[in-house]
Amino acid sequence: MSFVEYGDTIKDGDTAIVFLGHESMFPVKVQHGTVTQTKYGVIRHSTDLIGKKYGSKVTCSKGGWVFILHPTPELWTMNLPHRTQILYSTDISIITMMLELKPGSIVCESGTGSGSLSHALIRTVAPTGHLYTVEFHQQRAEKAREEFREHGVEHLVTVTNQDVCKNGFGVSKIADAVFLDIPSPWEAIGHAKSALKAEGGRICSFSPCIEQVQRTCLAMEEYGFTEINTLEILLRVYNVRTISLQIPDLGKAAEDNSGTGFDSSNPSHQGSPCANLQQGTVQFKSGVPLREVVGHTGYLTFATKS
Amino acid sequence: RKIIFEKQWFYLDNAIGHIYGTTFEVTSGGNLQPKQEVEETTTETKEAGTDNRNIVDDGKSQKLTHDDIKALKDKGIKGQEIVQQLIENSTTFRDKTEFAQDKYIKKKKKKYEAVITIVKPSTRILSTMYYAREPGKINHLRYDTLAQMLTLGNIHAGNKMIVMETCAGLVLGAVMERMGGYGSIIQMYPGGGPVRAATSCFGFPKPFYDNLHEFPLSKVQSLLSGTFTTEALPADPEENALVEEESNGLTEEKHIPLQETEEELSAEAAMEINPTEEQDVMDVNAEDVEFKESKEKENKENVREKQIKQWERRKKLLEAAALLREKNADGLIVASKFHPTPLLLSLLEFVAPSRPFVVYCQYKEPLLECYTKLRERGGVINLKLSETWLRNYQVLPDRSHPKLTMSGGGGYLLSGITVVLDKGRSDSSNSEALKMEEPSSKRCRLQDLPC
Repeated sequence: MSFVEYGDTIKDGDTAIVFLGHESMFPVKVQHGTVTQTKYGVIRHSTDLIGKKYGSKVTCSKGGWVFILHPTPELWTMNLPHRTQILYSTDISIITMMLELKPGSIVCESGTGSGSLSHALIRTVAPTGHLYTVEFHQQRAEKAREEFREHGVEHLVTVTNQDVCKNGFGVSKIADAVFLDIPSPWEAIGHAKSALKAEGGRICSFSPCIEQVQRTCLAMEEYGFTEINTLEILLRVYNVRTISLQIPDLGKAAEDNSGTGFDSSNPSHQGSPCANLQQGTVQFKSGVPLREVVGHTGYLTFATKS
Repeated sequence: RKIIFEKQWFYLDNAIGHIYGTTFEVTSGGNLQPKQEVEETTTETKEAGTDNRNIVDDGKSQKLTHDDIKALKDKGIKGQEIVQQLIENSTTFRDKTEFAQDKYIKKKKKKYEAVITIVKPSTRILSTMYYAREPGKINHLRYDTLAQMLTLGNIHAGNKMIVMETCAGLVLGAVMERMGGYGSIIQMYPGGGPVRAATSCFGFPKPFYDNLHEFPLSKVQSLLSGTFTTEALPADPEENALVEEESNGLTEEKHIPLQETEEELSAEAAMEINPTEEQDVMDVNAEDVEFKESKEKENKENVREKQIKQWERRKKLLEAAALLREKNADGLIVASKFHPTPLLLSLLEFVAPSRPFVVYCQYKEPLLECYTKLRERGGVINLKLSETWLRNYQVLPDRSHPKLTMSGGGGYLLSGITVVLDKGRSDSSNSEALKMEEPSSKRCRLQDLPC
C-alpha cells in the first residue's frame, strides 16, 4: 500500500484504516505481533490483518466486526492526529482544481500544520511532481517528516523548518503553484512570487478573516498577480431518512365514506408517498440536512502570476 | 480562421508563438497585437463627488450620440481613446463618487477596449466555462462539484478508473488530467459511441489516449452474466446521428466509419461499382477498361480498409471487456443524464473492494433511491449524500462584499467506499447484527423501509 498507489493486501508496516461503522474509524499501524483494541474486541495484526485483502471484514474477539480500508488522503484527513486546525476535503478539492494541480506539478505549501492538505497534494502530484512544504514550528515539522516516511511518500516531499515570511520556500522559479495558510500571508506574497515559475503559476491563500483577505489581495495586486479571485465553499451533507407524516383527521362529509381529501388508497403514485391506511400516515424518503452545519472555514483567494 | 466571441471578431494567426497568458488587443481588421503594459497615469487629484443625491439618471448625461461613437470607432481610434472621450463628454462624471467613477470606467473599458487573453486549457478553465456557457451539456455540473468528485474519488496517477458520463467528455478530461497519462480508464458509453468534444479541448498529448478504453453500456448485462460476445455491436446509424447532434461535428465524424456494419460495407461497395459500370457503357475503349480495373481495386481496398477497422474495433472491445472482467477497478465516477441507480448497481460489480466511488446527479431524489438500493445491496460503506455551496467575493479597499452565491444549482453527489461483498447480509452497523435475536420489526425501524 501507499498513499499514492493502491495495493491489494495488507502488509506489515502499512497504515490502514479501521472502520467500525457510521462515521467511526481510526488509523492503525500494521505490525506483526501487535494487537489493537476496539469496542468490538481485539484485532490481532498477525492473524487478522496481514495478508488479508483491503476491504475485508474482520471479526474481533467479542464477535463484532470491522472493515479494514486502504488509506487515502481523504480518509487520513478525517482520522489524523490534529496538531493544528486542519483543512478538510471540501476546501482541499477546490484548492486542487483551482491551482491546476496534476501529476508532475511542483507545489509549495506553508504552513504544513498537521499535514492534512500535504497528503492530498502529494497524492495529486505523484509520481513525478514534488511538494515543498515549510513549517516554522520545529516539532510539527519533524512529526510531518516522520509521517511522510511512514506513509511511503518521503521521496515526493521536502519539509523545511523555517519562517516562510522571512526566508521563503527554499526554491526559486520552479513552482507551478503556491499555497499559503498562515496568519500573515501578505508578508509571504513576495517569496511566493519568486518561488513560482516565470509565467502562469497559480497562488492560493487561505484566511479565516476578511481583513486578512483584504491585505492579501492588495499585496497580490502590488506584486503583479492577475485574475485575483476570492471565494468560499461550504459543504452540505444530507441524511437519507424515511419520514412518516401523519394525515390529519379532517372529519367526514355527511354520508360519504371517503375519509380525508387525500387519496391515500391509490397505490399507483409513482415514487411518491405510499400511504399506510391503518395508521393514517404517509411515508417518503427525504434528504434531511444535518442540524449542525459547518458555517465557515476560511476564504480562498486565488491568483495567477503573469 | 475567424473567431467570433462575445461580439468581437478576430483572427488567431498573430497569436502563434506567444506564450500562454499573453494579452492581446484587437485592432481594426481583426488582428491581434500584444498589449503593451500601460502605466496607470498617476491621476492628479481626481475631481469627484461624495454621493449621488444630485445625480439624475435621465439618459441625457452623455453628449456623444450613437453615431458619434460609431464614427470614432470607424476612424480606427483605440478603445482607450474612446473611453476617454466618453468621460470628457459626460456631464455627470465628475459628480460621481470615486467608486462610481471606477465602476463607470471599468464598464466602458469592457465595452470598447477589445482585449483578449489566451490561456492554456485546464479543468479549472474548461469546467467554469462550460458551467457558465453550456450548463445543459454537462447536466448542470458546477465546477466545485466536479472538484469534489475528483478528490472524493481519489483520482490519481496509476488508477484503473471506470468513468460513465454524459457531460460532453468534460468529466473524462478532468479525470485524465488528474491521472497524467498514467494508469487506465474505461469509459462506459450509451448508444453508439462516447462523446468526447470537451476532452479534445484539454489538448492532451497523444500517449494519454493509449490507455483510454471504451465499452458500451448495452453490453454490460451480458458481461456480468457471462454471455458477452462481440456480435451485434452498437452501430445503429440513427444512434450515430444522435451522437453527432450532441457534440462538435469534427470528432464525431471519425466514429461513423468505425461503426459500419457488414451490410453497410457491401452496400457501399456496390455503390462504388455502379457509376463505373455506367461509364463503361458510355465509352468503350482501353483507357476506360484500365480505369474500371483501378476503380475496382480501389473498391476492394476500401472494403478491406473497413474490414480492418471493424476488426480493430472488435479487438478493442475485447480488450476493454477483459479489463472489466478482472473486477479490480480502483474507482468509479458516474455523471450522467440517466437515473444513477441501475448504473451504480451494475458498474460497482467491476470495482475492487476498499475503493471510492462518486455519483453525480443534477437532482437529489434519484440519489435518495440510489442510497437505499445500495444499502440493500451491501458491499458499500461510508455513504454520503452531499452538495457544495459556492460564494464569490469582491475584495476591494472599503468595498468588500460577497458577489454571488451558487447553491442548489450545482447538483448533488453520492459517495462511498466499496468493501468485500458479504452475500449473507447487508453491511448494516454492528449493533444491529449483534442484536440478531431482536424481533424483526425493531430491526426494520433502523433501516430504510422499502415502500
